[in-house]
Amino acid sequence: MSKRVLMKGNEALAEAAIQAGCIHFFGYPITPQTEVAAYMSKRLPKIGGVYLQAESELAASNMLLGAAASGIRAMTSSSSPGISLKTEAISYMAGSDVPALIINVQRGGPGLGGIQPSQADYFQATRALGHGDFQVLVFAPSTVQEIMDLVYLAFDRAEEYRVPAMILADGMLGQMMEPVVIEKPQTSAHEKPWAANGHKNVRKHNIINSLYLQAEELENRVVERYRRYEAIKAKEQRAEEYLMDDAEIAVVAYGATSRIVKAAVKEARERGVKAGCIRPITLWPYPTDTIVKYRDKVKCFLSVEMSMGQMVEDVRLAVNGAAPVEFYGRTGGVIPEPGEVLDKIMELGR
Amino acid sequence: MEYKIKIAGFGGQGILFMGKVIAGAGLADEKEVSWLPSYGPEMRGGTANCSVCISDEPIGSPLVVKPNVFLAMNRPSFEKFIDSVEPDGIVIVDSSLIDEKASRTDVRAFYIPATELAEKNELSGLANMIMLGKLLKESAFCSKQAIAGAVESCVPKSKQHLIEYNLKAIGIGESL
Repeated sequence: MSKRVLMKGNEALAEAAIQAGCIHFFGYPITPQTEVAAYMSKRLPKIGGVYLQAESELAASNMLLGAAASGIRAMTSSSSPGISLKTEAISYMAGSDVPALIINVQRGGPGLGGIQPSQADYFQATRALGHGDFQVLVFAPSTVQEIMDLVYLAFDRAEEYRVPAMILADGMLGQMMEPVVIEKPQTSAHEKPWAANGHKNVRKHNIINSLYLQAEELENRVVERYRRYEAIKAKEQRAEEYLMDDAEIAVVAYGATSRIVKAAVKEARERGVKAGCIRPITLWPYPTDTIVKYRDKVKCFLSVEMSMGQMVEDVRLAVNGAAPVEFYGRTGGVIPEPGEVLDKIMELGR
Repeated sequence: MEYKIKIAGFGGQGILFMGKVIAGAGLADEKEVSWLPSYGPEMRGGTANCSVCISDEPIGSPLVVKPNVFLAMNRPSFEKFIDSVEPDGIVIVDSSLIDEKASRTDVRAFYIPATELAEKNELSGLANMIMLGKLLKESAFCSKQAIAGAVESCVPKSKQHLIEYNLKAIGIGESL
């Protein structure tokens, strides 16, 4: 077994990207993700890459669009208010079929909000990370080790489907340290015949563009992209099931919150309530199939989030009226305690 | 056994560093560990705290709400967390800085003048390691060899000459 090292979540985000072959990083500091940029600034120059602190978040994400259009692996990272500023270029990346990685280490909002952990950007990540008809792949790690694994997967799948990908973390996961085993990714970068990296008079120009003034042409482009989205929905849903075999109450939670939920679920079982946890690992595509599998078996679902209730809508869509769907959340940077979640589970279990 | 450790005091006392050493020792012992700092406004000139878990099992919530080990290095932190300690938990208080005692009797409380001892031994700023030494004496949260290795790996490369002072401070704590 490779050596375990202690690493902050933010450092693991950066190290994983480097391991995956990301050599260009464009960022702008913001708590609680600044260690991602700090780590990149130390490492990338040593391996022949570029670390660039841009003049603004929007500039950084436009640089990412440009770098990724040349076919290399590149990323940017920020936290909630900074991600809002990046969305213009993210929409352009989606519209130009450019794969790139965007990291959001969420903090409380809206506005400048606070700097404590939050999951209130779920809607933004899964519904509208910019204008227009599009989706990005969204991965939600819950441990520092899983950060490594999902960064690898995000780069790989982004290239496979030619879509931008996001890692949706939160301040707790970004700031905490856990043991990590750093292993090289299993897959290597995909061929990119579309990349704008110089035609050298041996092929036609590759043009990366998101502007289509003819309505029918734009429609065709978008429809073709949605066919890829259908393939993604069919093949890329991921979720972990914890104590779900005989569960009567299915608690749905992702990211750092799922760890608190698992502790509460375990305690509920010790008190005689059959609870289990479904942990979405992909937030888009949402692991609808896993929810559907249990919707006629459990008494109810409970979505627990660090928000006022966002993912709960995807649970409801998947459950489609087959069972009651309850919600419990804290927001503004307040982390729910296992005891609060336990109380809610016990109330539902009565 | 799962150690759920809360360490709290002022920014600058080495609260987060102490947590890193404890987590590093757990790692060396091949345990599951997590370390979660406070990173909010409280850290910027005010109180700092961190949660450390050491366990044989994967760690659930890294946020320690009911610690079974509590190390207190200032009065506001002592007052904030003392009631949250689990019964039979270990409480170590720097009595140079906190002139208060726990009113509850269901915890194992130790009052040591860590800051005074650090200054007396020309180890100014290492009261945190004296506290850690005392914890080492009163609980089996890690093995002896693990702690020295953890100190070595946590001290930055530019400050390696400070390792021996850290270890000396831990020794003083252990002797109390």
